[in-house]
Amino acid sequence: MMINVNPTRMELTNLKRKLVTARRGHKLLKDKRDELMRRFLELVRENKLLRRAVEKGISQANAHMSVARSVMSDKTLDVALMLPTQEMSLEVTEQNVMSVLIPHFDTKLKTADENDIYSYGFAFTSSDLDVAVKALSDIMPQMFRLAEVEKSCQLMAAEIEKTRRRVNALEHVMIPQYEETIKYITMKLDENERSTTTRLMKVKDMMLSKEHNYI
Amino acid sequence: MYKIAAIGDKDSIYGFASLGLSIFPVDDPQAAIKTIRKIVDGGFAVIYITELLASQITAELDRYRELPLPVIVPIPGVKGNTGLGMKSVSKSVEQAVGSDIFSDT
Repeated sequence: MMINVNPTRMELTNLKRKLVTARRGHKLLKDKRDELMRRFLELVRENKLLRRAVEKGISQANAHMSVARSVMSDKTLDVALMLPTQEMSLEVTEQNVMSVLIPHFDTKLKTADENDIYSYGFAFTSSDLDVAVKALSDIMPQMFRLAEVEKSCQLMAAEIEKTRRRVNALEHVMIPQYEETIKYITMKLDENERSTTTRLMKVKDMMLSKEHNYI
Repeated sequence: MYKIAAIGDKDSIYGFASLGLSIFPVDDPQAAIKTIRKIVDGGFAVIYITELLASQITAELDRYRELPLPVIVPIPGVKGNTGLGMKSVSKSVEQAVGSDIFSDT
């Protein structure tokens, strides 16, 4: 595999410059890939732990919710949860990790008291509902962190894949190609030089023999 | 300022309403796709979706995988849990590393 170029000195200089750039790019991208991978693996570990905790918390809450549903009529439950007092919103900031923009969430609550999660009076509802709502509220911070981490993992995975392809393309295609072409041009130029020298020697011989009547 | 949504069957997501999340009770996959498209434009940054529903519309969810926002997180619902959430983590690992090196842990 070689680039199809004219074997000239100018091409040689250009190619040498390109090779230097390719080598530097390769080194940088390799570093980027390694650092991304290190952070990615850290995040994935956290992601797995968080997911396990959140899934456990939600299924517990769901279990309590099922009990609440069975003790209370559907209508009472609907009414209890119809008008939430609390409203959550997110402030999203972006963080730049090795040129991957990962989101960071800050939660904002509408009411000052973060325990203000019960949108109903306690008279007509089952205590299981309270437990269910409390359980959900307890894992909420973890759920936000999970959203953050999971997105980061997805974005980083995509970036790692891209970077890895670039590194491989440079390492196994571009750089060998340049090296081979440079070698080809150098050989060709050397060959030209040698042929010029021999030609000159031959011409000199011919001229000498003509002057002095050598052999 | 972004909002948070929960999508899925009513029983699974009702509890989130009292915490201040916007809930969208949907059972049908087609309706879910429509809802997601609608709320993505409506300023929602995080969308929690039940695994049952998410497993029916994976193609749609993959579209949002590589966008910075929204974040779509599968969560277990009351029924039909498929382990999709964990699978999606493994998918990321496979994409980045080439094989799922965390599968046993």
